Amino acid sequence: MKKIFKYVTADILRNKIVLAYTLLLMVISFSLFMLQDDASKGMLSLLNITLLIVPLTSIIFSAIYVYNSAEFIELLVSQPLKRKSIWLSLFYGLAAALSIAFFVGAGIPIIIYQPTSTGIIMIITGIVLSVIFVAIALLAAVLTRDKAKGIGITIMIWLFFALIFDGLILFILFQFEDYPLDKFMIFTSAFNPVDLCRILILLQMDVSALMGYTGAIFKDFFGSHVGSVVAGFVLLLWVIIPLWLSTRKFQKKDL
Amino acid sequence: MIIASNLTKQFGKLSALDNVSVNFTKGECIALMGPNGSGKTTLIKCILGMVVPDSGFITFNDKNILHNWQYRQHIGYMPQIGRYPENMTIGQVISMIKDIRSAYNKSFDEELIESFGLNEILKKRMRTLSGGTRQKVSASLAFLFHSDVLILDEPTAGLDPVASEILKEKIKTKIKNGKLVIITSHILSDLDELATQVIYMQDGKLRFHKNINELRNETGQQKLAKAIVSLMHNHSA
Repeated sequence: MKKIFKYVTADILRNKIVLAYTLLLMVISFSLFMLQDDASKGMLSLLNITLLIVPLTSIIFSAIYVYNSAEFIELLVSQPLKRKSIWLSLFYGLAAALSIAFFVGAGIPIIIYQPTSTGIIMIITGIVLSVIFVAIALLAAVLTRDKAKGIGITIMIWLFFALIFDGLILFILFQFEDYPLDKFMIFTSAFNPVDLCRILILLQMDVSALMGYTGAIFKDFFGSHVGSVVAGFVLLLWVIIPLWLSTRKFQKKDL
Repeated sequence: MIIASNLTKQFGKLSALDNVSVNFTKGECIALMGPNGSGKTTLIKCILGMVVPDSGFITFNDKNILHNWQYRQHIGYMPQIGRYPENMTIGQVISMIKDIRSAYNKSFDEELIESFGLNEILKKRMRTLSGGTRQKVSASLAFLFHSDVLILDEPTAGLDPVASEILKEKIKTKIKNGKLVIITSHILSDLDELATQVIYMQDGKLRFHKNINELRNETGQQKLAKAIVSLMHNHSA
């Protein structure tokens, strides 16, 4: 297990895309912090950008990496190795590489300009988001044999979580504005890891007032200890469930 | 040593293996033959656990291979098309595989690496290699571990005559040492020198599994190629 992890991580780090991603994050974060006098405003802009970029890069890079490693996986499967440990090593390697990239690219600027609890939460959620989207990418890649189709699916997944989901929620809100939807809103936010992360950070920033009545309800729930534990648990499920499904599928896959 | 019972595998509508049962014993060299798409590679991949059969099971040393992976330490496998991580060099691939199997093997058989002259091109990246050189890498990896079982899928295809002779000599010594060797090939003259048993597959079905001498006596042909042709003729007639 350790050995495969070592080879996978070395291979990913040799890949220039991860380096480019780190640099991109770094340029964005430093410029956002330097453009604004108020570091917390910079955080807000950074939040909006990372919530788009981090899932996108994590999911597409991981999917392409898995497809491009088909030969490597084939070679490993014919060796005395457990399939489960091959697959999990791939996951750990990707998750580690992308988390490190986020930490170096966005985490270090945040620590420099905003060394508060908000900053720490932002770094943690960014890393968690990277890991979640690696897990989802692995599931998409194991389910579809065709590379183009698999990458298309990952783009759709990203689009869904980044844009379409919110649109749907807004639509529902407007259609049913006469009804009390506060509990429902908290419930639906669990189905989108991006939203969940956004809420967690916004609540830390004390700008939840801007979110109106729903914001107050979110603050009531997620602001509490129980609420943040539940949110953390739901985010964890977003890693475990896709990973478990993809591992099960990979163990039975014909190569 | 390896027993496959009633293996069946469907790929969509195509039935790649149809109720195949075979028994491989130690010290034999089995020639796996049949037209393209007759299920030879699928059978091999089933033995390696790369393809999971729809029904039927395989035992290796009396242990079911399903959910088992340790048994692969006894197998050296040379794939039909050797596909390797394109960015790695030959040396990196070899040392990685050695590292992975270091838990089971302390000494390595590097004879083929030397006789194929791979030592001089260890720094070359896999993506720059020709088909023949790739085959040489695959062969060297398969023979690296003193394995009890060698599974060679079209080993001599794409090799130049010199390399192909070296490989055949190596296979011969392995057979002499009592290893089980399973070879698929379309070059019947190669199999003629090596094989002790012949398995013929067609459309995913096992047509026959015979000792080579038995086959020669039955058909009255000394050459394997002619024996097979005459047998096929009888089957279709």
